Amino acid sequence: MPLQVQIAKSLAEFSLDVSFASESGPLSILGSSGAGKSMLLRCIAGLDRPDHGQIVLNGRTLLDTEKGIQVPARERRVGMLFQHYALFPHRTLGENIAFGIRHLAPEEQARRVAELLGRTHITGLEHRYPREVSGGEQQRAALARALAIEPEALLLDEPLSALDTHLRSQMEAQLQETFAAFPRPALLVTHNIEEAYRLGEQLLVLSGGRVAAFGEKEAILRYPPTVEVARLTGCKNFSRVRPVSENTVEALDWNCTLRVSRAVEATAAHVGIRANHIEFAEFGSAGGVAEENVFPCWLARSSETPFRMTLYLSLQGPPGFGEHFLQAEVSKEKWRLFGEKPLPWHVRLAPDSLFLMPS
Amino acid sequence: MTQVDWSPVWISLATSGTATLFTLVAGLAAAAWRARRTGPAMAVVDGIFLLPLVLPPTVVGFFLLLLFGRNGPLGRILLHFGATIVFSWPATVIAAAVVAFPLMYLTARAALEQVDPQFLQAARTLGASEWRVFREVALPLAWPGVLAGTILSFARALGEFGATLMLAGNTPGRTATIPIAIYFAVEADDIRTAMIWCLIDVVISLALLAGLYYWTNVQSPGRARWARR
Repeated sequence: MPLQVQIAKSLAEFSLDVSFASESGPLSILGSSGAGKSMLLRCIAGLDRPDHGQIVLNGRTLLDTEKGIQVPARERRVGMLFQHYALFPHRTLGENIAFGIRHLAPEEQARRVAELLGRTHITGLEHRYPREVSGGEQQRAALARALAIEPEALLLDEPLSALDTHLRSQMEAQLQETFAAFPRPALLVTHNIEEAYRLGEQLLVLSGGRVAAFGEKEAILRYPPTVEVARLTGCKNFSRVRPVSENTVEALDWNCTLRVSRAVEATAAHVGIRANHIEFAEFGSAGGVAEENVFPCWLARSSETPFRMTLYLSLQGPPGFGEHFLQAEVSKEKWRLFGEKPLPWHVRLAPDSLFLMPS
Repeated sequence: MTQVDWSPVWISLATSGTATLFTLVAGLAAAAWRARRTGPAMAVVDGIFLLPLVLPPTVVGFFLLLLFGRNGPLGRILLHFGATIVFSWPATVIAAAVVAFPLMYLTARAALEQVDPQFLQAARTLGASEWRVFREVALPLAWPGVLAGTILSFARALGEFGATLMLAGNTPGRTATIPIAIYFAVEADDIRTAMIWCLIDVVISLALLAGLYYWTNVQSPGRARWARR
């Protein structure tokens, strides 16, 4: 494995205890703020020292507390992209990019800077100072600067969080392009599941300083191992369950019995379904009202976003006080088809979309 | 009307300039060393570094006299090489440098501590040695503050009186700086000469303040931007 990390560090608020081995290619590290994501990157870059552990990058030991090995940050050859770019304000973009390759001959420096400016689409801005260019251009220059040292790994700390929506999608395209041409480990820290999913091939979910899930992103989203991972990856609907038979459970908070597609394990304690997986039996792809896992529902309230509707539904009866609501997301087009129809409607919780989790 | 002896101006400027140069190097080194450390021992270090600022200059001068006198530890070593510091021109430099040091140290440290550590960390991940991190990143970013400290140190050195008198005495043409010339002119009832020196001091001080204002407000657009926000 190109990158092996196994570190522990006590911090004031929590303790970081992480171990994983990652392939080359982009790995998204997802976690809420304070989960230890940035600290993990800082430890790999050599900017913070774990209490104990081991870090091996492309066969080179960067840290081994038992053997007393601690390679300083300047010798790790790990490119780091800081959340607020950290471009040197007293240097032009070109000088910033050349900062890490000053030991090379001037012509070679100039050649590489020109190439990196091209790769990050900021050619022509090399004589500008960071304060004279936009946030997106600063970000690109910071990326070019990190790539200039031909790093063994690339670490990106919330690279998109400081950009507005438009710049964000442009920068996302830039990062995808960069990752495609970077055959080494690239770790990207984010708290946004959509970013994590779009940019990473693999996904590591960090929670309270520990690895809550690690693996292929599709698998983690399809079957989150815990309620916490499901929540961190954007799932809104949970219910406690009681196993009934080999493939049915009673959902205690939703007042219904559900058929699931996988065999029910004895440890199953919660069921979840993503808001966008809830179908409406009368409309869309689902069949008739008589199908399995179809239940009458009443609209409690709704909230509108530019292109989608979020519906809060109560199952089995009209909304009363203190009930659990099911959160469903539908496109505005679909909403126009049935929004005016009389209640109750019928939701279908497809067995394929349901996942069970232990407590 | 006697011919005015201008030597105190040149002595003062040469003394302050040389002392500021030493203070700049020593203050910057001390500040850089101190800015990356914490702990109870640092309180003691700070106390020692700042002592010349809080002690009366005569006390500083007295200690320097003990240190550099014929029987003092440093004085003996220098005597071994045939040099006497006390009552010589270098004594004015030493007195001025020691008294000005805390101002340089304090402002330089504050300026270095203001530098966002992310810049230094970024430089490290790019392979820069600690010396390069300091010289190419920390120092340029702290430069307006360091420059302000330099000007303050120069001003303090220019006004130094007590310690200078203790260590360097009043030898016209060698150790008599402007403040010392003023004191002895007043003592000799030569009010006119004293007045001339005082006016010259006011002019130099105003020029220094103008420089301070220029360097901290005009030459540092970063800070000016902060102010406008």
